[in-house]
Amino acid sequence: MTDMVSVKGLNKVYESAGRRVEAIGDITFSVARGEFACIVGPSGAGKTTLLKCLAGLLTPTAGEVLLDGVPVTGPPPGMAVVFQEYGRSLFPWKTVRQNIDLPLRQKKLPRAERDRLVTDSLGAVGLADAGDAYPWQLSGGMQQRVAIARAVAYEPQVLLMDEPFAAVDAQTRADLEDLVRSLWRSLGITTLFVTHDIDEAVYLGERVLVLSASPTCVLDDVPIGLPAERDQVTSRSTSAFAELRTRVHRGIQDAKAGRRTSGAAA
Amino acid sequence: MKVLDATRPGKAPAAPAPRRRAARPRIAPLVGIVLAALAAEIVPRTGLIAGDALPPLSSVLAELGRQAGDAALWEALGRTVRTWAVGLVVAVVAGVVVGVLIGLVPILRAITASTVEFLRPIPSVALIPAVILVFGTGFESGVVLIVYAGFWQVLVQVLYGVQDIDPVAHDTARSYRFSVWGRVRYVIWPTALPFVFTGIRLAASVALVLAITGELVIGTPGIGQLISVAQSSGATTEMFALVLVTGVLGVLVNTGFRYAERAVLGWHPSVRRSAGAR
Amino acid sequence: MNILNFLRRVLYALGLPAALVALWWVTSVNSTSYYFPPLPDVLDQFGRLWLAGRFADDVVPSLVRLLTGFLVSAVIGVALGVALGLTDVLRRGAEPVLEFLRALPPTVLVPVIAIVAGIGDGAKILVIVSGCVWPVLLNTVEGVRAADDVMIDTCRTYGITRGARLRHMVLPAAAPQIAAGLRQALSIGLILMVIGEMFAATNGLGFSIVQFQRTFAIPQMWSGIILLGLIGFALSALFTVVEKRVLGWYLGLRESQKRNG
Repeated sequence: MTDMVSVKGLNKVYESAGRRVEAIGDITFSVARGEFACIVGPSGAGKTTLLKCLAGLLTPTAGEVLLDGVPVTGPPPGMAVVFQEYGRSLFPWKTVRQNIDLPLRQKKLPRAERDRLVTDSLGAVGLADAGDAYPWQLSGGMQQRVAIARAVAYEPQVLLMDEPFAAVDAQTRADLEDLVRSLWRSLGITTLFVTHDIDEAVYLGERVLVLSASPTCVLDDVPIGLPAERDQVTSRSTSAFAELRTRVHRGIQDAKAGRRTSGAAA
Repeated sequence: MKVLDATRPGKAPAAPAPRRRAARPRIAPLVGIVLAALAAEIVPRTGLIAGDALPPLSSVLAELGRQAGDAALWEALGRTVRTWAVGLVVAVVAGVVVGVLIGLVPILRAITASTVEFLRPIPSVALIPAVILVFGTGFESGVVLIVYAGFWQVLVQVLYGVQDIDPVAHDTARSYRFSVWGRVRYVIWPTALPFVFTGIRLAASVALVLAITGELVIGTPGIGQLISVAQSSGATTEMFALVLVTGVLGVLVNTGFRYAERAVLGWHPSVRRSAGAR
Repeated sequence: MNILNFLRRVLYALGLPAALVALWWVTSVNSTSYYFPPLPDVLDQFGRLWLAGRFADDVVPSLVRLLTGFLVSAVIGVALGVALGLTDVLRRGAEPVLEFLRALPPTVLVPVIAIVAGIGDGAKILVIVSGCVWPVLLNTVEGVRAADDVMIDTCRTYGITRGARLRHMVLPAAAPQIAAGLRQALSIGLILMVIGEMFAATNGLGFSIVQFQRTFAIPQMWSGIILLGLIGFALSALFTVVEKRVLGWYLGLRESQKRNG
């Protein structure tokens, strides 16, 4: 089976008048078709920069990103992104349905097909009745559900999520985690989920990539051997979960302390 | 589209976004000015617009140089600025006093809201004929027009400002039993200050427009009257030179008040916020 | 309780205006002052002049000029503003020239335009456009430039580019700022309509009022001033109604942001 996403020797340097900041040192990894991978790192680890390079929103200084074997040079058609700032990513002048519909119109899908996709995706995120509301009439968690519905309706090959739940309260967050997990299980979309929350990464992913502090490299690649059926209470209280969390946590602590002993103990 | 993308390199919290803009030499504004000047020179010479009625920029500038040596221009300029300044001061003082008063007393605010909304959009130039009859064609006519137009600008901004007061700050002041004067001095005034300044800045440019318009239409001595005379006597080049002077005056007023605002309110969170955002 | 509330609001809205009109009426009704005729005389003239023949001869032409000028300014201002807002080099090149043109008191262009374009309807409209276009243009540039980074990225990832991006993202995002510019333009336009007609014209509201003043037809002159005031108020109210409809989403958004701190 070919890799869906493959990153080779990625390096990103920001240059401005007289200053040169190396955000990403050297990142290489790949994600298989249908895999759910979480990317976790300390704050300031260039996570957003990495995600933007993956999404084709930033051009890497060196190295390349391949989507299904094809080099990414700009935003590729088969990729959907859910941003952390739902309030700034949804169009406040469009209703929920129109927000989800707009990218589909750009794909030139026929009307009936678009209507079906919008209705299905709204149902899938549990917002079947909110289609005619404006985003700002909804709570933060519901707005992020709309953003997820928009991504799902787009029928992407790869779904990128950039700390999507960092701005919602704890209870909503747990609900949204379960939603993303169940969507992944039913649709099988290759998913890359960026977060700074270790528990979230372990709970959601089939695999967790641990990033170092900037200039970033991959410190650890942790396979998450938890059963596919996960539950907020029981899964998080198992000893397997605790061990995985400890391993990732130690990696992050090392990263913060500036140690870059590439613990590729996978 | 490409340029837009180049200047918006996406937000990267870890690393500072590259600002290629700063690295490039500031050549574009110069090119713009040169192109505009060339157009102002060449278009009149071709006679494409209005035959030979339009003087080329070079002769307008030469005329301006000649006028600059003439005391009449400076005297007219002085009169215009005086009308502007007196009208502006009266408008600002009246606007601030009435605004704070109305803003502080909720019942006054409720009663006057509809009247303010009604009187504000009335164009001050509508009053010109009445002002001529009552005040004649002197300096006072211009001042009255300026005060009427400037007053609303300041008043409305002050009302916004008083409305913007943080309820927590207000409750704090009340719970510590600040006097009315204390509340005005330490809570209301600092909050409303940026709004007051916006009002003053808007009023200053409106006042200049009305000072010159008054002279133009009423015939009060000043730059506007010189323009009117030049036009009716067919001295086109002179007229354009004077129009140029009013433009320079306008730029001075606009930029002067913008700098003053930044200098006076540099400490204020609203200014710091907007400076940081761009 | 609700009815009482309603009545109180009506009282607040109409109380002071009614009192002011009554005051004007009472103090002027026995006026022998030449310049301040009794209000009943002014109102009598108002009905006779403006509700009859002069409405079609003077008021309608004035309003047509104003609206034409306003619409032309809106189209030019938004189109140029979008172009400058999206193209950084163009905007920086045009900035000093725009700064000068904006600072130019618009009324000084009245005699200039009289030379270039004469004193016909076209010239009157040109006068209005020459003053109205700047607030629309500058506000559009600001609105377009303030587009949100995340929203731009969203458009790029979902293939919303070119025309679609302009229509679905750039213009709606800039709309509140554009509306602020249009509102300024409307009041400047009204002023320029009047000045243009006062300066040189054969009909129109501004022309009529100046005629009345020069022929010392004082009650007629006051009635014209009142009419101008009413038009100013009506246009501003109409603008508010349209703005509330078109920018309903924006008002709702701001309301919800305020509620959530």
